[in-house]
Amino acid sequence: MNLDVFALALANIISPPVLAFALGLLAVAIKSDLRLPEAFYQAISIYLLLGIGIKGGAALRSAEISDIWLPLVVTLILGILIPLAAFLVAGWLTNLDTINKGALAAHYGSTSLVTFTAALVFVESSGYFVEGYLVTLLAVLEVPGIIVGLLLASRGRSESVAWGESLREVLSGRSIVLLVGGLAIGAITGSVGFAAIEPLFGGLFTGVLTLFLLELGIVAGRRLPDVKQAGVGVVIFGLTFPVLAGSAGVIAGGLAGLSIGGAALLGVLSASSSYIAAPTAVRLALPEASPGIYLTASLGITFPFNLVIGIPLYFWLAQSLEGVLIWN
Amino acid sequence: MELVQRKLVTIVAESALEKRLVHDVHEAGIKGYTVSLVHGAGVRGQREGDLQGGNIKIECVVAKELVETIFALLEINYFPHYACVAWASDVDVARGENY
Repeated sequence: MNLDVFALALANIISPPVLAFALGLLAVAIKSDLRLPEAFYQAISIYLLLGIGIKGGAALRSAEISDIWLPLVVTLILGILIPLAAFLVAGWLTNLDTINKGALAAHYGSTSLVTFTAALVFVESSGYFVEGYLVTLLAVLEVPGIIVGLLLASRGRSESVAWGESLREVLSGRSIVLLVGGLAIGAITGSVGFAAIEPLFGGLFTGVLTLFLLELGIVAGRRLPDVKQAGVGVVIFGLTFPVLAGSAGVIAGGLAGLSIGGAALLGVLSASSSYIAAPTAVRLALPEASPGIYLTASLGITFPFNLVIGIPLYFWLAQSLEGVLIWN
Repeated sequence: MELVQRKLVTIVAESALEKRLVHDVHEAGIKGYTVSLVHGAGVRGQREGDLQGGNIKIECVVAKELVETIFALLEINYFPHYACVAWASDVDVARGENY
């Protein structure tokens, strides 16, 4: 089955999570006072991270080491190459200094859980299988990009980078703790354990994601006025780099033997940029880098782009490459 | 009860800095502090879109001599690059030996 790209894009846009995101953007545009309460937002972000971790862990239990090692190695390579590519492309498209290019590289090298989750829901609801260990790849891809980005940026600084502090923030941050912890819980308890919590972490998942995206629409909408100040180059970077990295991810996933859904998801992971773990790490390690550039690009430009256009695009690419690359 | 004059140092900064700031003011010699989550706007406008959540306010009551030390470290490590403001005011406290 090879749907055309526009049908896929339309199916994605008219899904409740994406429309809730649009509602969040609209709420900001009309200056509504709508906001999710802070504590509720924190709680559902914990729910999403833990839920996706447990689900992935339960699937991981049934996977063989021989199935996983190649995708794992490919993901690690992507984790190092994507930030390097981001640094280079940012150099061609913008006139940012080394520190700001490094900050961008750290963000685009890392990943966005919400983009991944939205893509997972989209691909699975289209009837495609996604390997459970993709969540492991999500956890693996979260950290190297930040390290490479900070390394690149540190060449532009006279002072040394506060490595220990920012890496501790990333590794002890809730993203990693909940994802890795969830994977462990899922792997230990398996499908029997998951069946027991399925009503909360399975059935309600897309609904909670919809609420979360409503809030992210508001947060991203508040970033939009900064896009003008970030400059044309940064906007072009925020729109084109994800396509480049996403295509590389889909192709790498295909070569590593992932299914169509799995390759599409690895594409989404490669294309997405962090706006939770990376900003904190970068803020602590590279105080001179401007959040007006990296957070605006990541949250204001790339996140909405991936959510609306990127996800169906990488999925379509994975389908089109079926048979061209070696698929298992 | 006899009240003693001390200084109240209030620092408002972006919340990503909480651990680092608390560590630094501790090193400077303060004995206690209070942290609260706050939001507001400054000369450069409101800090928005930060998923880590707005700002933190650190309050500590200190002996007069410590005020200079704290402001010196803020001036070197925080004011140049971070959203950070600080002020000191006179306060009368009970049990002055605690500060």
